[in-house]
Amino acid sequence: MELCDLYALELVRLVRNRETSAVEIVKSCLERISQVDGASGSLENPQITDKDKESVHAFISLTDDAALKQAVEVDRRLAAGEDAGVLAGVPFTVKDIFCVKDTFSTAASKILANFKAPYTATPVKRMQDAGAIMLGKVNLDEFTYGSSNESSAFQPSPRNPWNTSRVPGGSSGGSTASVAAGEAPLSLGTDTAGSIRQPAAFCGVVGVKPTYGRVSRYGLIAFASSLDCPGPVARSVKDAAAMLQVIAGADEHDATAAPLPAPDYLEGIDDGVKGMRIGLSPDYFRITYPDPASGELLSQPLPPEIERAVRDAAEKLAANGAEIIEDVPMPNTRFGIPAYFVISRVEAASNLHRYDGVKFGLRSEVPTLDLKEMYKFTRNQGFGLQPKLRILMGMYVSAAQYSEQYYRRALQVRTLMRRDFEEIFEPNGKYHLDALLTPTTPTTAFEMAAVYGDSVLMQYADQLTVPANHAGVPGISLPAGLDKDGLPIGIQLLGADYAEKTLFRVARAYEMITETEEWRKVKPEVLRGRS
Amino acid sequence: MSEQITREVFDHLVDLAALQLDEEQAEYLRRQLNNQLKAIAELEAIPIDKDVPISLHGVPFEESASALPRGDDWKPYPDPAGILAQAPQVEDGYIVVPDIPHTELK
Repeated sequence: MELCDLYALELVRLVRNRETSAVEIVKSCLERISQVDGASGSLENPQITDKDKESVHAFISLTDDAALKQAVEVDRRLAAGEDAGVLAGVPFTVKDIFCVKDTFSTAASKILANFKAPYTATPVKRMQDAGAIMLGKVNLDEFTYGSSNESSAFQPSPRNPWNTSRVPGGSSGGSTASVAAGEAPLSLGTDTAGSIRQPAAFCGVVGVKPTYGRVSRYGLIAFASSLDCPGPVARSVKDAAAMLQVIAGADEHDATAAPLPAPDYLEGIDDGVKGMRIGLSPDYFRITYPDPASGELLSQPLPPEIERAVRDAAEKLAANGAEIIEDVPMPNTRFGIPAYFVISRVEAASNLHRYDGVKFGLRSEVPTLDLKEMYKFTRNQGFGLQPKLRILMGMYVSAAQYSEQYYRRALQVRTLMRRDFEEIFEPNGKYHLDALLTPTTPTTAFEMAAVYGDSVLMQYADQLTVPANHAGVPGISLPAGLDKDGLPIGIQLLGADYAEKTLFRVARAYEMITETEEWRKVKPEVLRGRS
Repeated sequence: MSEQITREVFDHLVDLAALQLDEEQAEYLRRQLNNQLKAIAELEAIPIDKDVPISLHGVPFEESASALPRGDDWKPYPDPAGILAQAPQVEDGYIVVPDIPHTELK
């Protein structure tokens, strides 16, 4: 096993014990990147070759020189007996939706392709202050608008390390692909409707959407400001917990970052689930799909393999002392996507007005008569189809004559979804659950090009993750086996506000219970044949 | 199902959004918008009591979990030149834009 395949906390131990160095670790990750990543995403939009189809393409920009420089500094500090931070020497990747000073911060969009951020986002800065080493910026759906990464303006878009003919999921697909392929043990992603958890499920890694307000959004290029949550991607529950520990907490630059101290997430994480109440809801075992021919919404059961993974997890947790509560009602789950179509688009349209060719980013070079024409030419050239679609929908549903029918109603439905969660987690309530156990996704990773272009079908990929964003509650996706095609299946744990510690404990219990299972020994396709 | 967003409504939205689309893009985007509205229509079928309040965010902003407003203190930004360097066109510390269209107020 190479250094780049080790868990973050194991690397911290090795570095501290001087059994390896931060430089050696970074070199190992860079070597892995050179072996599996292939061409980085670029605006050139080259013809995709057969070799490209077998590579991961997680990155947009590699910051290898800066990473090696920082690694030297970490090693120097340790040699001098100085405090090098709790994640000293641990490499990580950053979804290119975060500003990092002096790096291109593109949001995977042509309109920001030349934008060099003048400051660093709080979660990135906290990682760096803790001694973690950024290897580069990884790809995403343009402005995070998608669930497959295919909408990135920077092509080739990432591919799933488990099967490179499949998508990695999205929008944090570059993050999860980089972690699954051993390019880095940790990545910083964002989750607005499931954009950490869905690709984590598709790529067989752990992904955490913290409570809204748990992690600062300062320096995050905004999509839907009431839903966006930065969070960790990792290969183990403990690594994810350690990373959240570093990035969580109040921030004077973000008034929505809660001034509540983060508890010690690793303390008691191995204590198991004895006496914990874990719910299963029938509303998460049925899925909704638009009929390809008519567009009408149909309801159907979850694919049996995915349902089996969830029920199997529940049985194992029960065998280890948890109490499983069946038939927990979450009646408004199915309205998550329709409400999201409205709320997220209104917020996106508002946030995207700032891209106008005046202050930063692209300005069209086509000679224009006046300012308004310049706006139009710039925005037409700079935005891809998905941002355009979101802007138009946001403007439509928030227009004065429709906002009562759409926007206000969607916000009321959001209240109903929030109440669903409040009822099941209320300590004095009927259910008083510690966690709700659900599938993360309605399918495993789908084929490249199979869904892209159908914006409704693509959105429904988030149907089991988006309710937590509406409600603001935390969620975690963790690997729970492989389907018949050898693709990862993800299960999800949802909890009450700020209950990440509880979720980590349940997730860790499941990880320990299944530690020796055969599927855990299977590596992603791009890593097979390596020692 | 009839198309809710007609070509006329669509063209108005495109103008409001400060976009300019070619025909192929326009057709694709209009079709997708109408498809999305079919999904959104599901909201109309939900029985909602008029008194149900709206939620602009999920987690309530209770005092104990909310940051206090910052003081209104003047803090000079250390590197204004760095910010201006991002602008596509700058002259003497000003950002330059094409002519601003003038509209006669009625």
